Amino acid sequence: MNRFEWMTPDGIAHAARAATATVATAMISRSGLPATDAAVLKAGGIDLLDLMKEGLLSPHRLINLLSIPGLDRIEPQEGGLRIGPTVTLAQLAAHEAVRARFRALADAAGASASPQIRHLATLGGNLLQRPRCWYFRSRAHHCARKGGDTCFAFAGENQYHAIFDHRGCAIVHPSTCATALVAFGAVLEITGPTGARRAASLEAFLRLPETDLQRENDLLPGEIVTAIRIPAHPLTTRSIHLKQGEIDSFDWPIAEVAVALDLADGICRRASVVLGAAAPAPHRAAQAEAALSGRAIDEALLRTAARAALEGAAPLSRNAYKLPIFEALVRRAIRAAIEA
Amino acid sequence: MLKKIPPDSPRCAHRPAHDIVGPGAAPITLVVNGIARALSIVPATTLAEALREQLALTGTKVACDRGACSACTVWLDGAPVCACMVLAIDVGDREVTTIEGLAQNGPLHPVQSAFIAHDAIQCGFCTPGLIMSCAALLAHTPDPSESQVRAALGGHLCRCGTYPHVIAAVLDASRRGRSRP
Repeated sequence: MNRFEWMTPDGIAHAARAATATVATAMISRSGLPATDAAVLKAGGIDLLDLMKEGLLSPHRLINLLSIPGLDRIEPQEGGLRIGPTVTLAQLAAHEAVRARFRALADAAGASASPQIRHLATLGGNLLQRPRCWYFRSRAHHCARKGGDTCFAFAGENQYHAIFDHRGCAIVHPSTCATALVAFGAVLEITGPTGARRAASLEAFLRLPETDLQRENDLLPGEIVTAIRIPAHPLTTRSIHLKQGEIDSFDWPIAEVAVALDLADGICRRASVVLGAAAPAPHRAAQAEAALSGRAIDEALLRTAARAALEGAAPLSRNAYKLPIFEALVRRAIRAAIEA
Repeated sequence: MLKKIPPDSPRCAHRPAHDIVGPGAAPITLVVNGIARALSIVPATTLAEALREQLALTGTKVACDRGACSACTVWLDGAPVCACMVLAIDVGDREVTTIEGLAQNGPLHPVQSAFIAHDAIQCGFCTPGLIMSCAALLAHTPDPSESQVRAALGGHLCRCGTYPHVIAAVLDASRRGRSRP
């Protein structure tokens, strides 16, 4: 790991003004060597330290967001929740209001990483972490996402890669929490260096490679995600997140699904079905949602919806096995949400 | 003893005297096993490196150095964390507990005794981290189910494959803990 300066900012505006790059922009280069003059923001530091130890990121200064008070709170807001960016995954998974009303998010946070990492990793960092693609994480592969010319996954080992929307780059989005948050229609509050705030729906904030090949999101240098807001949902909404890994213990998902259903009098008034580990951003299964909405869900309909969730899938040479896994996971998630 | 981190507490209450330190050495204080220790470290020093190389607390092992094997598990304010993925300068006033702090000049921790009784050790490299996770589990959940034990051990790699003995040891330590007067 390179040596760096350690900055303790006075507050959000001070931190934002001091940041000269995002982690993504500090990693883009033609030469294959990361920038050595970047000042980047650090929260839990899990992904940051991993990238630095691998020599993929060499910042000149880390700006410690953990020293800013007030960013680690979970508060009710307008019938929904306002979650601070430095809330840890462990806190999120155990939080009573999150468990009671937004269970898919608690499940997703609790299914991420290991207990040791969940006590350190923050929600903000989880949403903004870089992808786990092994070519992206390899210094020997100067891939398109880091400023090179090639996505090595298309002709290479792509068993853990995307089955949707992989134009130019086949990463899957690494955040399990993002899958659940997109299902709830979460909105990010982003504060810039002047102190001005903007709101962005998480779904719009996360970018596909066809829009931006080198950044997974729309965060600009000097911007800080200062809150993650979940809007109010009807009390009749039930949600669930299911993750499938190759092993039951600590592993990245090969497929995951978040489902939120508003069920009243036996009718599904509104359905949200989002697939994770499927695409470079959480993938909204719009055709499955359309199949479920306004209908009484029976076994035949949930099978139809699970097939519809894979509409438009384009598996690569080694990941067609994901299709039946996703189909089964969507069926199970809908059943579990109904029974929840 | 163990403290749960309340959801709304600032986790880094201390502030260094200057806004910017490094890249060279800077003074910090770490509270390790109940004792405040003054150190001089570069900001790039991990907690695991500070414990092992500066404080000679080599019970904390480093294997993967990427948060993937949990061999370096220590407690921060009672919560098990990977010491390789925390910068020493970021610990602040949180209390660090290492395997050396579990039984100081006294009887072994019940989890340590149960590991010996159940032969839950082979090469031993992953053992200090496993014991720290198991002891943290029992502190918060004195009567865990087997699935709760498995979940608590989910981050640990033991390439000797001692897992079944470790699970038996934790469940036994839990039973013994409950039968105590």
